[in-house]
Amino acid sequence: MSDRAKNFATVGKSLRKVDGVALVTGKPEFVADLQLPDTLIVKVLGSPFAHARIVSIDVSAAEAMPGVACVLTHKNTPTTRHTTAGQGFPEPSPYDTRMFENKVRFVGDRVAAVAADSEEIAEAALKAIRVEYEELPAVLSIDEARRDGAPVIHDEPDSTGIYDVVRNIVADVDIDVGDVVQGFDESDEIVEVTCETQYAQHTPIETHVVLSYLDSANRLVLRTSTQVPFHVRRIVAQTLGIPMQQIRVIKPRIGGGFGTKQEILLEDVAGLISMRTGRPALLSLTRKEEFASSRTRHPMRVRVKLGAMKDGRLHAIEMEATSNTGAYGSHGLTVLANTGSKTLPLYNKAPNAHFYGQAVYTNLPVGGAYRGYGATQGYFPLETAMDEMADRLGMDPIELRRINHIQLGETSPIFEKLGEGREGVSQTVKSCELPRCIEIGSERIGWSKKRGKRLTIGPWVHGIGMSIMMQGSGIPEIDMAAATIKMNEDGSFNLLIGATDLGTGSDTILAQIAAEVLGVPLDKMLVVSSDTDLTPFDVGAYASSTTYVSGMAVQRAAEKVRDQIVRVAAPLLDASADELTLRDNAVFAPAGTSVSLARVCQRAMYETDQFQIGATASCVPHESPAPFLANFAEVAVNRETGKVKVVHYVAAVDCGVAINPQLAEGQMEGAIVNGIGYALTEEMILSSKGRVRNPSLFDYKIPGMLDVPPMDIILVESYEPTGPMGAKSVGEIGINGPIPTIANAIYDAVGIRLTETPFTPERVLQAMKEASS
Amino acid sequence: MRIQCTVNGKSVERDISPDLRLLDFIRETLQLTGTKEGCGEGECGACTVLLDGKAVNSCLVLAMQADGSVIITVEGLADGQALHPIQEAYVEVGAVQCGFCTPGFIMATYALLQDTPDPSEEEILAGLEGNLCRCTGYSKILDAVKLAARRMRESR
Repeated sequence: MSDRAKNFATVGKSLRKVDGVALVTGKPEFVADLQLPDTLIVKVLGSPFAHARIVSIDVSAAEAMPGVACVLTHKNTPTTRHTTAGQGFPEPSPYDTRMFENKVRFVGDRVAAVAADSEEIAEAALKAIRVEYEELPAVLSIDEARRDGAPVIHDEPDSTGIYDVVRNIVADVDIDVGDVVQGFDESDEIVEVTCETQYAQHTPIETHVVLSYLDSANRLVLRTSTQVPFHVRRIVAQTLGIPMQQIRVIKPRIGGGFGTKQEILLEDVAGLISMRTGRPALLSLTRKEEFASSRTRHPMRVRVKLGAMKDGRLHAIEMEATSNTGAYGSHGLTVLANTGSKTLPLYNKAPNAHFYGQAVYTNLPVGGAYRGYGATQGYFPLETAMDEMADRLGMDPIELRRINHIQLGETSPIFEKLGEGREGVSQTVKSCELPRCIEIGSERIGWSKKRGKRLTIGPWVHGIGMSIMMQGSGIPEIDMAAATIKMNEDGSFNLLIGATDLGTGSDTILAQIAAEVLGVPLDKMLVVSSDTDLTPFDVGAYASSTTYVSGMAVQRAAEKVRDQIVRVAAPLLDASADELTLRDNAVFAPAGTSVSLARVCQRAMYETDQFQIGATASCVPHESPAPFLANFAEVAVNRETGKVKVVHYVAAVDCGVAINPQLAEGQMEGAIVNGIGYALTEEMILSSKGRVRNPSLFDYKIPGMLDVPPMDIILVESYEPTGPMGAKSVGEIGINGPIPTIANAIYDAVGIRLTETPFTPERVLQAMKEASS
Repeated sequence: MRIQCTVNGKSVERDISPDLRLLDFIRETLQLTGTKEGCGEGECGACTVLLDGKAVNSCLVLAMQADGSVIITVEGLADGQALHPIQEAYVEVGAVQCGFCTPGFIMATYALLQDTPDPSEEEILAGLEGNLCRCTGYSKILDAVKLAARRMRESR
């Protein structure tokens, strides 16, 4: 533990989650747990075609059915173009979406919605809708998308923000450092790797769900499972063409997000139904609908070329990414940009670097934000190429990384050249324990004993692999979070935060930060979060921002409140305000005399110069300090069946000060297991017509309890001077590790380089066959 | 049709439609919303309840099949304000993140420890393999089950 972190009373402790008891007792905390009388059930009709025009749509039979309250189609809904991406304004995603449209662009695209007294009636009414489609030629791969004469997916005139409409290119990114062509010419060794990643889904156990209703003032309330309540309010107002002040968004507990709920998918539909009917409306996706019509990780093809000198110093790096955004461009530009911006600074020693990428439309499921946000797709080829380069140079892969990775006090020109879909922000690394992460992790996995030994037990051959990575903490000069703290006369505090707890524990860690500053135990901090009427603005939970950005807003608000408290307490203690300290629910003078916080607040409220002790503070981060991670895996590869088993996984992470170590470990464990699923089993399989063929948790295999290897998560603490209490972030980075780490371990075991995920037995067998012939 | 059953110690009698799922009977008819729906296909285990002492996916059982039976849901475990040791253990070790799968896991754990008070790690994994969690990576759930088992044995 860093010296500065040692003195914390509340921060750095694995305290229980503030919402834990409610969750284990089954309290009605989630969206659909609130059951209002007279609630309409909403069902959505999805397109059966990947690309088609709606020639006619007849809803008269559906509307005539008893119990049907409302039917929505493109004929009776607002036509404003918007993006479903829940990003800050102005969103860097194209405005290419309408609530409903006379054109559908992927199987499952929204055609109509029915609201009825019951689910049965709503479903029957959906079947009664008559739609005549004119099927159009579809674009079903990234290669087809840019071909001359390819069908134009967004040929409508009113979409904006698309890079090249005719060639189906959503976004194009191209940045240079030095001269890579010359850099490769000068290099002693060149390695080039191209990797392809699959369609994968977040699969939170709670699907997308919203309950809308009108309050007593006829304002629209959206109780919704979202990561971005304030962006929901703004984008629904924009989409429906109503004043923003008419909308209140409440995020209760939600059943996981992982990025898919950084998207405004259902709120406009449920909201419009409540406005039209005056009744509450519940819209909840079935698991099948979630697979077909919600969001996915952008599948990508990424080529990495490395040039190195004989001694291992990298001299040139090139990364070229092609991203499939599917039918709409949600997060298309920014995920693409992050593929380079979150990966290339890691190897800052190379004087020549080039990132080039395009995101293209297809008539396939829609990409969106997904934990890792492009970095996951970029680290696969980058860390595979590093492993191959070590092999070519006859170096230990650890050593190659040691001499090339970014260090404390260093910078990378990439930080400034490439940001969140635009230029980035220059920064130097102010905390970095990556060398210790590598050292501790390699010892724990048994690197020197096991690497290259190919331990063989029957058909199983063991191998060891590693990878390193960085991420960021929030989006610098763009993200913004605020917090309000007010004091009560019993010495407790209300902490009001716009920040969005998805299950990550952010309500708890933000309360820990405030409690630390104000010298109270956690249970004196009463948290209200994510309600656009009650809590101050926060962009929401994405980009690994909450601890760093919202946490700093909380720390600043708490410091302002502390300043007010000591001013009130000073006369009571006959001391000057600047020499007072807060701890144990009291204010202490240097002499040891104290006064309770309750007494201080009573004075402020009832006695002299009365006022409400309380403050609001904001944070806009000026940089995005990176957490660092060293991954190590031991795998066993079955030479007969091609099956890959992860035998042991070690992750040593530097996330700054862990505000709550147990919750930080939980973030890492969950992210790694999700990453192992992504590496080995998870894949949305699409038919030749673009339909998802495995839209169930039976056929889309996420890890269960039996699929999880023994894992060691090691928090290697650093102190980030720009962060709240020394913290950085830990939400996303872990998911980037398993693919390259497992791939490199497979290479160590059986000598094959897998470049396509997931690493199914068929792909492993095929690669082994090709290698032996 | 009319069914009678005992839910969390209380006798209930309701008129239901014969195609009503046990999950909907619990969540909507009885308004016990602790039990969750994650897939509706018996794959995720979020809807796990105890039916006559056995853990079942309530999305795959018809309410009428529960006629005359004893049902326990997550709301039935705590004793007033005092958490059940399983609930206590889940909170204590950090086995709860979003908490949506948690009621199902807790009920599956309850069924497991009722039949196997001192489970091996393999028995825990086998007992909970029908429940999916996307947040925790399962490590802390495993810790919670071990801790709860130990405490429940010690308090016997």
